[in-house]
Amino acid sequence: MKLTNEELEILAILEENHRQSVKSIAMQVQLSEDKVAELIKKLEDENIIVSYPALIDWSKVDGKENVVAMIDVKVTPKRGVGFDEVAEKIYRFPEVTSLYLMSGAYDLSVTVEGKTMKEIAMFVSDKLSTVENVISTTTHFMLKKYKHDGVIIEGKEDQDRRMVVAP
Amino acid sequence: MIDYNQFLATQAVELKPSGIRRFFDVASKMENVISLGVGEPDFVTPWAIRDMAIASIEDGFTSYTANPGLLELREEIANYMERSYHLSYQPENQIIVTIGASQALDTAFRALLNPGEEVLIIEPAFVSYAALVTMAGGKPIPVSTWAENGFKVTAEQIEKAITPRTKAILLCSPNNPTGAFLNKHDLSAIAEVVKKHNLIVVSDEIYAELTYDEEYYSIATLPGMYERTIVINGFSKAFAMTGWRLGYVCAPQPIIEVMLKIHQYTTMCAPHMLQHGAIEALRNGADQVEEMRKSYRRRRNYIVEALNQIGLNCHLPGGAFYVFPSIQNTGLTSEQFAEQLLMKERVAVVPGNAFGESGEGYIRCSYATSLQQLQEAIRRIEKFLQSLGANPKVCEHQASL
Repeated sequence: MKLTNEELEILAILEENHRQSVKSIAMQVQLSEDKVAELIKKLEDENIIVSYPALIDWSKVDGKENVVAMIDVKVTPKRGVGFDEVAEKIYRFPEVTSLYLMSGAYDLSVTVEGKTMKEIAMFVSDKLSTVENVISTTTHFMLKKYKHDGVIIEGKEDQDRRMVVAP
Repeated sequence: MIDYNQFLATQAVELKPSGIRRFFDVASKMENVISLGVGEPDFVTPWAIRDMAIASIEDGFTSYTANPGLLELREEIANYMERSYHLSYQPENQIIVTIGASQALDTAFRALLNPGEEVLIIEPAFVSYAALVTMAGGKPIPVSTWAENGFKVTAEQIEKAITPRTKAILLCSPNNPTGAFLNKHDLSAIAEVVKKHNLIVVSDEIYAELTYDEEYYSIATLPGMYERTIVINGFSKAFAMTGWRLGYVCAPQPIIEVMLKIHQYTTMCAPHMLQHGAIEALRNGADQVEEMRKSYRRRRNYIVEALNQIGLNCHLPGGAFYVFPSIQNTGLTSEQFAEQLLMKERVAVVPGNAFGESGEGYIRCSYATSLQQLQEAIRRIEKFLQSLGANPKVCEHQASL
């Protein structure tokens, strides 16, 4: 779908920070509030804007620390539907937070979140590896998150090092 | 008690201190200040550029380079000038890499000016210009511009200021502090006057990458102007590399030859390792420049709209990252406004008169700061305006330059 420059601008603004008013966005793109609201609605309806999640560092919240694993999955594609059917069976599990079809040594990259390593181990052995057409799994536990979706979790550059007034 | 003035050069003692300095001393000691007073990008230099300079140090590039800079960098500058501005310069004898655009300006004036020769400076102007001309033995002649014309200078104004002693015109577009942008049409008219009176143009193009509505146009590309233009540019604003102090100058070979003598005696060369970072910037930095440009544009649109809404009449500037709203309807002078705003609401702006007399009645706000900070600054300025008891009427939004 071909978008106008204004629509692209609105997407860039929302991608950086979607917690701002329509008024604030309208002022940045030199359009009326009504027009911006209408364009955002359109982008939502087209599922170009899929959702507005917040990036939360749960590791800082007591009792909410979780374990994340990235699992390489090899599968046998099915005639007629390819990988889509097995992918659908996997992404329906709520433990699965992302799922991608990959080129290379394996087929599906599955991200799973759980409270403990044991919980994820159980998920892999009981649920994931028993899905029809899954041939093998390799589980990698994530140790630390440095950057996620383009955002550096705790950057050294957040501080403004400039002088207060400069020519 | 020694009177040190007996040792110091009269001309140096009599230089006017930068109007920004005093303000800086006060603001830098305060806490919780939101600063719209910073004349540099809020981005950190893109990582690939920093990485290249670090690698250069690791690999031992710690020696001098050729006086005009690494040939490899001059070749990249030549490519960039050709690709971005359709200007053709020979890397071997038409380009010098300098310590920021500031040194390039200083060297240019020292190369051009005999004692007492005049340079027209379009005001409001960057704080260094007049001092640089004076230090080179010349005489700065201010040409004032006004909000009614979007702070653009006209050919007529320039012609009026020309005397038999006029040697050069210093142009800066987009302008610091007003953001005014001269398009091809504006420049063509100026170029005719320049040719008619046989002048030289020193064109400070440091903000050339930061134009938002119209494509940048260098006066050197106009017929007959290449021969009489000294183009000065640098890495500070476009690539967020202010602290690197790297600039360059491109000009006809006979001018560069003389400038190079001054450059080699004063600075030898720009820092070797940093020049490697600059090569990376010109080779692979274009995408990031574009991202930054888009981000500034959004913030420009926001702050101009917001200032007009709270009652400070502000034109929409075509480039750079400054807006120059009028504070005349508050009844305060620029300095009073800036000082009271800082004391009462802790927002730092620069009084317009720091950039020349025609800046009186205005303040310079830099929008090179996050949108959240801009929004908070606007909230505070609005509160300040209300506290003045004045009833600042919401002025009609002036369309564009």
